Amino acid sequence: MQPTDIRNPDYFHKVVDCQWACPAHTPVPEYIRLIAAGRYADAFMINWNSNVFPGVLGRTCDRPCEPACRRGRVEEEPVAICRLKRVAADYKGDISDRLPRPAERSNGKRIALVGAGPASLTVARDLAPLGYELVVFDSDPRSGGMIRSQIPKFRLPEEIIDEEVGYITDLGMDMRLGQRVDSLKALLDEGYDAIFVGCGAPRGRDLNIPGRHEAAANIHIGIDWLSSVSFGHINTIGKRVIVLGGGNTAMDCCRSSRRLGGEDVKVIVRSGFEEMKASPWEKDDAMHEDIPILNMLVPKEFTHKDGRLTGVLFEKVKAEYDARGRRRLVPTGEPHQHFECDDVLVAVGQENAFPWIERDIGIDFDQWDMPAVDEVTMGSTHPKVFFGGDAAFGPKNIIWAVAHGHQAAISIHQLCQGENVRDRPPPLVNLMSQKMGIHEWSYDNDISLDLRYKVPHRDKLLALRDIKAEVELGFDEELAYAEAQRCLNCDVQTVFTDDLCIECDACVDICPVDCISFTANGDEAELRLRLNAPAHNTSQDLYVSGALKTGRVMVKDEDVCLHCGLCAERCPTGAWDMQRFLIDVAQAENACCSLQNA
Amino acid sequence: MTFLPKPKLHHPELPKNALGFTKRDYEGAVSTLCAGCGHDSISGAIVRACFNLDLPPHRIAKLSGIGCSSKTPTYFLGASHGFNSVHGRMPSVLTGANLANRDLIYLGVSGDGDSASIGIGQFAHIMRRGVNMTYIVENNGVYGLTKGQFSATSDRGAKSRRGVENKDEAIDLVGMALQLGATFVARSFSGDKDQLIPLIEAALKHQGAAFIDCISPCVAFNNHEGSHTSFDYVREHNLAVNYLDVITGREQITVEYAPGTVEMVKQHDGSTLRLRKLANDYDVHDRIAAMTYLQQRHAAGEIVTGLLYVDPDPEDLHHHMNTIETPFNELDETALCPGSTVLQKVNATLR
Repeated sequence: MQPTDIRNPDYFHKVVDCQWACPAHTPVPEYIRLIAAGRYADAFMINWNSNVFPGVLGRTCDRPCEPACRRGRVEEEPVAICRLKRVAADYKGDISDRLPRPAERSNGKRIALVGAGPASLTVARDLAPLGYELVVFDSDPRSGGMIRSQIPKFRLPEEIIDEEVGYITDLGMDMRLGQRVDSLKALLDEGYDAIFVGCGAPRGRDLNIPGRHEAAANIHIGIDWLSSVSFGHINTIGKRVIVLGGGNTAMDCCRSSRRLGGEDVKVIVRSGFEEMKASPWEKDDAMHEDIPILNMLVPKEFTHKDGRLTGVLFEKVKAEYDARGRRRLVPTGEPHQHFECDDVLVAVGQENAFPWIERDIGIDFDQWDMPAVDEVTMGSTHPKVFFGGDAAFGPKNIIWAVAHGHQAAISIHQLCQGENVRDRPPPLVNLMSQKMGIHEWSYDNDISLDLRYKVPHRDKLLALRDIKAEVELGFDEELAYAEAQRCLNCDVQTVFTDDLCIECDACVDICPVDCISFTANGDEAELRLRLNAPAHNTSQDLYVSGALKTGRVMVKDEDVCLHCGLCAERCPTGAWDMQRFLIDVAQAENACCSLQNA
Repeated sequence: MTFLPKPKLHHPELPKNALGFTKRDYEGAVSTLCAGCGHDSISGAIVRACFNLDLPPHRIAKLSGIGCSSKTPTYFLGASHGFNSVHGRMPSVLTGANLANRDLIYLGVSGDGDSASIGIGQFAHIMRRGVNMTYIVENNGVYGLTKGQFSATSDRGAKSRRGVENKDEAIDLVGMALQLGATFVARSFSGDKDQLIPLIEAALKHQGAAFIDCISPCVAFNNHEGSHTSFDYVREHNLAVNYLDVITGREQITVEYAPGTVEMVKQHDGSTLRLRKLANDYDVHDRIAAMTYLQQRHAAGEIVTGLLYVDPDPEDLHHHMNTIETPFNELDETALCPGSTVLQKVNATLR
């Protein structure tokens, strides 16, 4: 193999699995260290720079970082990254003086943003300090988009949304709430310099099976029902409720039902339990609230009597796999099963809908009636129109919406400055030795053996009594510290300098996870098999040195490195060094991004 | 200086041996030696050798004297018996322990000061008595604990870190061990685990006096230009006569070797040593030829490493003395103290 080029920022960035997996590339280990140091406000600001909604995401994020967390590969469970984010938000105190100020002067550019959800608000935050005049439209009476309308208050209290949306709207923008945009053409005609479409995926998929029409009064579309609950238009439901669907919306629907009078609430899904789209922890929370999840049942008919819903009829199915491993659900042949209920909530997916975008204004749509959007620039085929969030590529989640927002903001800024939208600004990168003395590092390299801590929950009876009572209580400072100590500091990189190495083997002997080998060079596939510990995880890179004095090379398998720094502690020549790698991916002019502690 | 314990977390695919132990179970406390010390590599090699041989840690006794090398038993085999003796006196303690209980596996760890200076008499006698043990000298050619004076094994002409030349002739412990009747003699290098680990395994399997002189660079005081035990010097002047594999079970020999390049040596305990010869004319069974060869190569400035001499069917001290097989701690009082009548009989034979 060729020697690894560590000057390529992607190399070390990939080693920080959590940050690499985060769509917004939040510097996770950096803020976790700050939490451990009790510097909550600093930790919050790092989050705010990257992901804009730390308090919201600390409760609701889909956490792509956690399955990626290295801790999960050397121990049972990953670090509770998401809930530590919440800790930063909970204990930060007043950070208002750290936020950017509204621009003093307009730069003369006017931008329209359709939708006041996480994607649009991210674009607005990145551009507002630069002097852009921003006009934000949303059909809902309050800003926040799905954060406010679809996430139940027992998971995300209203005041958190108000606070974090407020940090953005306070930067100065024209909020046109309750104002639906009915024509993109008309909006374009108003002469905006750019338009950002972040209107989400607002249409809940319906289930057109027999009885749908007749029993309509007691059959509700999940996201619409959640929105009505959220805005206080609905506050009761029948005692027996069936929720159809296996995603997070279904989990929110069933748990909301339990709080609005539902006593016998069931979730029924077509697929197997394991394949459900809902996050495992959301399934756990639902089951904890006495909501059974029944699987392998395909709804066939809404049964009704005298114009009133009586239940749902299901066909029993089983999974069969074809030669290529694709799953098919086939009937088991058993008799259909009937479940009685008073209300049904249909949460079988969301769809995009762009009836308000004319098809003759230069925006191409694909065969699924989705706009053609560039994955890097977020641009459409119309030079002035950009998309982001669920509106761009279909339903994803908040953190993806934020990531799209940052990229769209860069594009809009490039466009308005007369630059090429394809020219993307480089990330800010900093790599710095952490050595303080012999066996002394500026990070805590002692590895905690603690297992993942559980976030305390409100007592179930109390929680079910009030739909606004937050279920998760968050870590207290003591638990937060203990959980933060589980982080392996993967951003403190093991940096190897070939010509300092005397091949004494000290690093090989001390490495607790056998990730360092000195051996003859070879092809990657072959090399992976003859290291001190076989390197089967090909998604993780091998760090290969140049030829050493004996002609061998140093090969480090990044996979399960604990970043404990013992290799560097035992290295007599400083060939190994522990260096903190900070990477802040670019934002528009980095107006909201100050590289903390660099 | 802080010395963090090595984290307990380990590689998820860490293999287990026949006893269900991982390599990590054979480790000891974290080393407090200088970073990069050759001795730590030897400790690492001992850990691997014991793991590979499926040795039960509680059946091993590790004994040492005084010095950097003699500190190392703390850093491996944390679950074994240990005895840190007086300077240079490890061989007496080991001999006594072996006489009292021949069932344990004895591992003596010493240094060039401990064995070639203050303890040279003890070294000589344990070799000539043929005590069943593995005796490793971690040989760095300097007194590291007292800041780098030449030791008795340092070559004439070698330079100290300050540039002073050594005028005294060196003691060659390998030559002495051969002359004094050790039945397994090897030399190796801490920087070459491929050679060292199987040598330690073979020595542990050997049922007689096994001696390994392991050159171990002192990174603090003897790893400079002009040193004869630096990493660079040893690598440049290393003449390895063979590499070996220790075959304990019914493993099949799958690799084909050119005729004359491999020799299989059956050991008394049933294991086999597969010698992969690098110097084809070298005969590991010829003690006198070995001594001559070593002297010749030494005169040419080369360091001969590998398995240098082995007697596959050795006799040990217990055999010479015709002692009882049962360890003392398993004998009852009447056996250990048979009474005055027996004493009178013994005395009568001596009159």
